[in-house]
Amino acid sequence: MSATTADAARARAASRAGSLERQRRWALWGSYAALSCFVVAFLTPPFYMIITSLKTSAEISAEKGNPWLVYTPTFDNFIELATSPSFQRYFLNSVWVTAMVVVISMAIAILAAFSLARMGFKGSQTIATGVFLTYLVPPSLLFIPLFQIVGFLNLLDNTWVLVLLFPTLAVPFCTWIMIGYFGSIPKELDEAALIDGASYMQILFQIFIPVALPGIIAATIFAFTVGWGAFLYPLAFLYKGEQLVLTVGIVSELIRGDVFAWGKIMAACVMGALPPILIYTFLMDYYIAGLTAGATKG
Amino acid sequence: MAEVSLRKVVKEYEGGVQAVKGIDLEIGDHEFVVLVGPSGCGKSTTLRMIAGLEDISGGEVWIGGDVVNDVPPRDRDIAMVFQNYALYPHMSVFENMAFGLKLRKFPKDEIQRRVSDAARMLDITPLLDRKPKALSGGQRQRVAMGRAIVRNPKVFLFDEPLSNLDAKLRVQMRTEIKKVHQLVPTTTVYVTHDQVEAMTLADRVVVMNQGIIEQVGAPQELYHNPATRFVAGFIGSPAMNFLPVSVIDDGGLKVQLANGTKLAVPPQKVDRYGPHKGKKMTLGIRPEHLTEVRSNEKAGVQHMVAPVDVVEPMGMETLVHFFIDGVAVCARVDPLTPARPNENLELSADMNNMHLIDDQTHKVV
Amino acid sequence: MADGSGAAVDMGRASAPPRKVGSLARVSRRKSLTAVALCLPLIALIFGLKLYPTLYGIYLSMLNRRMTEFVWFDNFIFLLGRNTFQMVMFQSCLFAVTAVILKATLGFILAHLMHNIRGKNERVWRGLLLVPWVIPLALSTLTWWWLLDPSYSAFNWTLEWLGFSKISFLGETWNARIVVILVNTWFGAPFFMIMYLAALKSVPDQLYEAAAIDGANAWQKLIYVTLPMMRNIISITMLYSLIVTFADFDIVRILTNGGPQDTTHLFATYAFTVGIQSGNIPRGASVSLFMLPILAMFAFFILRGVTKRNKEV
Repeated sequence: MSATTADAARARAASRAGSLERQRRWALWGSYAALSCFVVAFLTPPFYMIITSLKTSAEISAEKGNPWLVYTPTFDNFIELATSPSFQRYFLNSVWVTAMVVVISMAIAILAAFSLARMGFKGSQTIATGVFLTYLVPPSLLFIPLFQIVGFLNLLDNTWVLVLLFPTLAVPFCTWIMIGYFGSIPKELDEAALIDGASYMQILFQIFIPVALPGIIAATIFAFTVGWGAFLYPLAFLYKGEQLVLTVGIVSELIRGDVFAWGKIMAACVMGALPPILIYTFLMDYYIAGLTAGATKG
Repeated sequence: MAEVSLRKVVKEYEGGVQAVKGIDLEIGDHEFVVLVGPSGCGKSTTLRMIAGLEDISGGEVWIGGDVVNDVPPRDRDIAMVFQNYALYPHMSVFENMAFGLKLRKFPKDEIQRRVSDAARMLDITPLLDRKPKALSGGQRQRVAMGRAIVRNPKVFLFDEPLSNLDAKLRVQMRTEIKKVHQLVPTTTVYVTHDQVEAMTLADRVVVMNQGIIEQVGAPQELYHNPATRFVAGFIGSPAMNFLPVSVIDDGGLKVQLANGTKLAVPPQKVDRYGPHKGKKMTLGIRPEHLTEVRSNEKAGVQHMVAPVDVVEPMGMETLVHFFIDGVAVCARVDPLTPARPNENLELSADMNNMHLIDDQTHKVV
Repeated sequence: MADGSGAAVDMGRASAPPRKVGSLARVSRRKSLTAVALCLPLIALIFGLKLYPTLYGIYLSMLNRRMTEFVWFDNFIFLLGRNTFQMVMFQSCLFAVTAVILKATLGFILAHLMHNIRGKNERVWRGLLLVPWVIPLALSTLTWWWLLDPSYSAFNWTLEWLGFSKISFLGETWNARIVVILVNTWFGAPFFMIMYLAALKSVPDQLYEAAAIDGANAWQKLIYVTLPMMRNIISITMLYSLIVTFADFDIVRILTNGGPQDTTHLFATYAFTVGIQSGNIPRGASVSLFMLPILAMFAFFILRGVTKRNKEV
């Protein structure tokens, strides 16, 4: 190559120099900018929830100043709620209903998933598909007939009805997740255990559950979320103050007539949202794994 | 013009790790050059820098008279065959091969012509309507090559294309690739870790090690005249034997092995090795040059005794493994030779093919 | 309980072939029994609390108000004739389709943005963006209600501060409908983002490299590589979301309770109002049941999509 053509080539290159890197940097900073906008939009309601919970009712009704800021912050709302026996009642009801639901749902789901994933018997495929289908039947389809049934069983207005019904919301998806996780455990593990002399129950508890722990945690978080946040069933089946759970309690009881104590309401919402948020902060990866499990493993 | 030049090319990662430490290479038009070396030597990184899939940290890459450092891959007029084929799973074989042409807005009949020509050349015409998942490994590899051929690029780049195939298929595809290059003599840069592939396919072989080029040359050149210990030990299978020796004068220039055996240096090499008299060096001699004793041996062949350890009959030859002062040595003997473990066997060492390696510089003197 | 060790001893003692076959059969029968036993709670749950109520609901919908006699399809015919119910059908479809399209698009965009910034930061951003999905829907809807309150709305304050006039978010039909869709989008987009991000990550990098060498720019890579590879996940998540959104209850109930003047009622909320609040159980059941054929259709498409995926390599 002659010197002049080489120079010409270098000149061309110089004009393009760094263009690839510049393009990539633009894409990166543009993405950050767009994401920031979305984060602001997404977090506006939670932010406002917290801000309002710190306001006194005087400040709220005064309508002065910027509603996005709090001028005389106070924790009174939280304190009032924490010391109010009815709120404590709601919170505790939610806690124990959710705990029971999680335990029951996971028990049913794990046993069924183990059976369906491993001990293939005639009809197991049909049942597995059936499980998936029932997940697609929404609560809003069933709540009216259930209302009648629950009435016959004399369980209306009793938190036990939730313990009975909530598993229907959680079990199908939890089973689905667990089938996926159990299915991905290599068969050689069972065979080695069988040769070592283990029974099927031992295999379940000592091998499958420990190995599939991420899936179990994900499914448990899902069951918890469903139980804690459910609204329709409690609204339809519970009436008396002492039987209410958190979600319905806040909506039905704290909103009396036209007198809205919004500071307190928002404070109640903050406290109601706290458990899921806490679990989510510490176990975010399992939470997300639970979501994507249905898609990638199913 | 489709020459490829690498001038002082460097690839540095965050943290200062240099995968490629400044290499220079000139590849001529129509040449088939193979980059070969062990894992981590920088050959794939170099290939990807030529392709534009990796940023170039330093130096220049030229393709066909243009500096392409900041040119995106789509504008470099290159085609690449990946180790994992990288075929678009949702497109048929025809669509896979036509994709690049479609993006460049070639007319339909031109696309049809090119794809059918390439399919004929690669013997995949009956597969044109199938999806990749319905093809075997060898067929997928051919489709990947077809995709490269239809583009008629300036340079073909191959990134270990045969590594995912079983041994028998690999041998078969090697021949196919060579045949294709004869029909379509585009400049080719081919990366592999298999030195047999390198030797059989290349016009010139580039041996790389830890980010630098150890030697560039025709296959035979690298075989007969390796420049460094690394190249000497890398090329050829089984690998060359390396024995510590002293260069002595014992009625003529000789090398003395650790077990006392003295082997005379043939006359044509005396001037070359003479200056190293009295030094401790490494003798390199290939297993194929340690044979059984034959009649009509030419001048320069010396005899030695091997305390046989393990015998591996290969069918067309037998490998005899033994130790000299703890150093493993391998000899290739006629299959009918009576070699048995724990017995001594007399061998002929063809000293015309000896190499002496400096222990400090690791270069062949 | 199936005990592997017991079976082994059995087979050891067996001498004649017929006895061996017998004990093998016993082992496998024991295994099957255990398997079915483990599944029983699940099956009981599904039959008792999902299948039976569905059938019972169908039965209920064909009764008269006092539930004393059969009226067959009178309830359905009555509903189809009412203007309110026709609006409910329209609103439910509008709501579901619009919200799902918005959620999918937004989720897709977010997934791409997240994919662009891959690295350690990703977890933080992902965490922040997932918050709408994590807060119980009833509680976050309450917050939205407060944000849109006719007198105290913070949004209205901001609008006036910027020089625009107040908007009656929940008081006017189309405003209310748009708001309901928006809240659902806000709530559901993170789910789509997570799903699509996982799908994006599963597309092999080498396909993009091959496309780059073939001459594709960023837009062409999206159309020819990304979208085809994600086609299945996109359709499955959209169909699933259609089902869930179609049957949504919380948002409308809390924000508008169907108002203004029943213009935001969905099947679920209208069924609640008619069935439980007004006490007309059979009619409420009929309202709910209108969802069944549509949901069944969606479910059929999902099943087809899932089994198709399982067949693909």
